[in-house]
Amino acid sequence: MAHDHHGDEMTEPPSEMALRVQALESLLVEKGLVDPKALDVIVDRYENRVGPRNGAHVVARAWTDPDYLERLRADATAAIAELDYTGRQGEHMVVVENGPKLHNLVVCTLCSCYPWPVLGLPPAWYKSSPYRSRAVIDPRGVLAEFGTMLDEDVEVKVWDSTSEVRFLVLPERPEGTEGWTIEQLIPLVSRNSMIGVEKARPATGAAA
Amino acid sequence: MTPATTPDQLPALEALPDLPRDDDGPVFREPWEASAFAITLELHAAGHFTWDEWATTLSQQISAAQAAGDPDLGNTYYRHWLAALESLVTTKALATPEALDLRAQDWVRAYRSTPHGHPVKLKTG
Repeated sequence: MAHDHHGDEMTEPPSEMALRVQALESLLVEKGLVDPKALDVIVDRYENRVGPRNGAHVVARAWTDPDYLERLRADATAAIAELDYTGRQGEHMVVVENGPKLHNLVVCTLCSCYPWPVLGLPPAWYKSSPYRSRAVIDPRGVLAEFGTMLDEDVEVKVWDSTSEVRFLVLPERPEGTEGWTIEQLIPLVSRNSMIGVEKARPATGAAA
Repeated sequence: MTPATTPDQLPALEALPDLPRDDDGPVFREPWEASAFAITLELHAAGHFTWDEWATTLSQQISAAQAAGDPDLGNTYYRHWLAALESLVTTKALATPEALDLRAQDWVRAYRSTPHGHPVKLKTG
């Protein structure tokens, strides 16, 4: 599947509501009535408040239900919709699975395509130009900055999100979680582990 | 410039009884909802309106929508929020309704003339 192009198509405007907010925000910023950086700070504070728990639910279900995992591999969009997580920018989901010898990392090199129905609002660093450029050139360096050290023989694959395809990383299930329920597993699945900059949280120290 | 609204200076959200929230605070279904929320907090923090004025405007908007048949299941909450914010912004003469409409149209044109993946820049006029 081609995942390295954004195509030459023009940008589709967002929903009417999003456009009205954008109109309001840009006018108020222009008049100096609100500071765009201050708005970013408030929105970033809530970036965890939209949906990473939706994605964590998908991951925990896949860890515990082999049939669901199969459906997720075959058609991630449909399998995610089974859990009622749908919406704009989540229409064409592809799940990439980590394994003992494979680590996946998601970026959007050209803009900030992001599957927010499952992951919420993109964090500021995901939208930043250094992450977007360096994730492709030096993925191990980027991972190291997030404290993620991989063995030499682990392959790192970088997936470039586009307007057509949004990727969700399925992190490896942490050791020592055999027999855990979905509810116990969900807190182990961080947003960053589903972007691929970190691994899922270890079983130790988690609120089981 | 530091943001006018810091986490420990959140206005009285409990004045907004229907605000979608969980134990940790407000929750949003879509990014534009968080933006509308943030704009409101910033305008309030900068003193353009009081929180009472905001709560009143919002509840009037919600009552009007309910009277017009909105089932009010929570999923339309931020539509009402945005309509209330636009109304308060125009009442306070921070922007005119015409300017808001024109600006939204400018954005549509800007999106449609920008190849996907490139930053969308506003061309006004």
